[in-house]
Amino acid sequence: MPETFTLIPGRTTDQGCGVSEGKFKAKYQTAVSSLQVAPGDMERLGLSEGDRVRLTGEEGQSVEVCITAAKKDELPEGLLFIAYGDISSQLMTGDTHGSGMPTSKGMEVTMELLQKATS
Amino acid sequence: MTYAATQVYAPTPSVPGELKVIQDATCTFCGCVCDDIELTVKDDHIIEAKRACVLGKAWFLNHSIEDRPSCMVDGKPATLEHGYDRAAQILTHGKYPIVYGLSDSPCEAQRVAVSIVDWIKGTIDTTTSVCHGPSGMAFQGVGEVTCSLGEVANRGDLIMFWGSNPAESHPRHFTKYSLMPKGMFLPNGRKDRTCVLVDVRKTKSAKAADIFIQIKPKRDFEALWTLRALAKGIELDPELVQRETGVEFSVWTDLMDRMKACKFGVIFFGMGLTMTRGKHANSEALLALTRDMNEHTRFVAKPNRGHGNVTGADNVVSWRTGYPFGVNHSRGYPRFNPGEYTTSDTLANREADCGMTIACDPMANFSQPAREHLASIPFIALDTKETPTTRAAAVAFTVATYGINTGGTVYRMDDVPIPLRPAFPSPHPSDYDVLTEIEERVKVILGVTHK
Repeated sequence: MPETFTLIPGRTTDQGCGVSEGKFKAKYQTAVSSLQVAPGDMERLGLSEGDRVRLTGEEGQSVEVCITAAKKDELPEGLLFIAYGDISSQLMTGDTHGSGMPTSKGMEVTMELLQKATS
Repeated sequence: MTYAATQVYAPTPSVPGELKVIQDATCTFCGCVCDDIELTVKDDHIIEAKRACVLGKAWFLNHSIEDRPSCMVDGKPATLEHGYDRAAQILTHGKYPIVYGLSDSPCEAQRVAVSIVDWIKGTIDTTTSVCHGPSGMAFQGVGEVTCSLGEVANRGDLIMFWGSNPAESHPRHFTKYSLMPKGMFLPNGRKDRTCVLVDVRKTKSAKAADIFIQIKPKRDFEALWTLRALAKGIELDPELVQRETGVEFSVWTDLMDRMKACKFGVIFFGMGLTMTRGKHANSEALLALTRDMNEHTRFVAKPNRGHGNVTGADNVVSWRTGYPFGVNHSRGYPRFNPGEYTTSDTLANREADCGMTIACDPMANFSQPAREHLASIPFIALDTKETPTTRAAAVAFTVATYGINTGGTVYRMDDVPIPLRPAFPSPHPSDYDVLTEIEERVKVILGVTHK
């Protein structure tokens, strides 16, 4: 059963360094395609490091991404974090509400498990 | 005028095998624009960047000469002349041309980009619109009580960060400007300052803060208005405040006591405000709070800016058109309307029919509807490296890297202009050179000048 979360895309050191190395290289691609989930949410939902999930935005746009546990108390339960990049941008809608800025943080998304990580 | 003539400092060629040291080089990765970097160069490759942060080291050490053609047309290598001709044709044959990006270009190139837009009656927008664009709108509505980073270093005794994570986005912010420096009125440096971080998650910057306040997501507006009310002495319902902000009322009253008691308060704010629901209303609330606090003590606010010359883009577009971003020239004079002339909108609304992107990557950073439309129209892309945007462009120019291969001027996030001291020349043209060549051809096509 998909559950609703608030997604916060943002800067990370690895994403920033990856931009300079090249956007098609491993560091950047890894940085922008890993979804951080609060450890409490992972435990409650029976999720493990490396599981593949689907995130679906408010207009039905969806992405698939692997998850990783957020560091201790960095992320409260109910929030998800991902570094800015292709995946976070796919979840934005085209509407800027008259501001020029699409809502790029605090997006409501549903998360559902697609595939357990192979151990 | 050639680009070399516009530069205070021009790059000198490397002698094979010999080390070259560049003193006081300027890092243009982020808006801190640190201009105290010592670069060691060998064979057109930077092998050391002293004093640079982790992002600055990645910036300098990963920029060598790109082994790619300087120009690609329709995905195939082409001469620069062919690329300039095709670019000018694209820009002059559309009904709604857009030019976007500019935040990683020097001011000299930004100025030429605005000229091109003026000639073609196009729309110019910078990455500010998807960064601190809402703050730009708020500046117009509320005003900005502000100062330079030098004043922060010498005077700031209460430093607040709101929706900003400088530990990862501006790693030298704390040590060079805001927390650690021993200043004229802060002889003990960090010991003389109190640092407060307000955010929805406990970011890596929380370690640097004395007080961390974790608010509910999307409740920045409510939290800022709580502080505004406290600053004005208005009575509030503590339970309601806690329910709306997720933070105990006593935490807010304690913070307000500290804000009133400080001698020089500073609020640095980030995209936690501008990208979240409320956007310009969030920035307006913060700027109004800052203004209100000046009834009690000296207080200033500064947006933490991301790209190396995004502040320059705001300045150049402002002094060329009167507005900072999202400016349309279709009637022959500039009109400003965020939400209409901003690139996220002109693309997602499928209005633009041709364009040019300069030092930006909308094919990776824009919404899917905007990306799909950009991919469907002819456009020109200028970038130092290959990106999803250069791959989708009809004409893609590989340009020299500003600050590493070319000189010029950039604006630090506090609007202080800083010259660039490049390390070594590039065989690729600068974005100034490319834009100047395109402008000349645009003028010929439009009959403004003759060959």
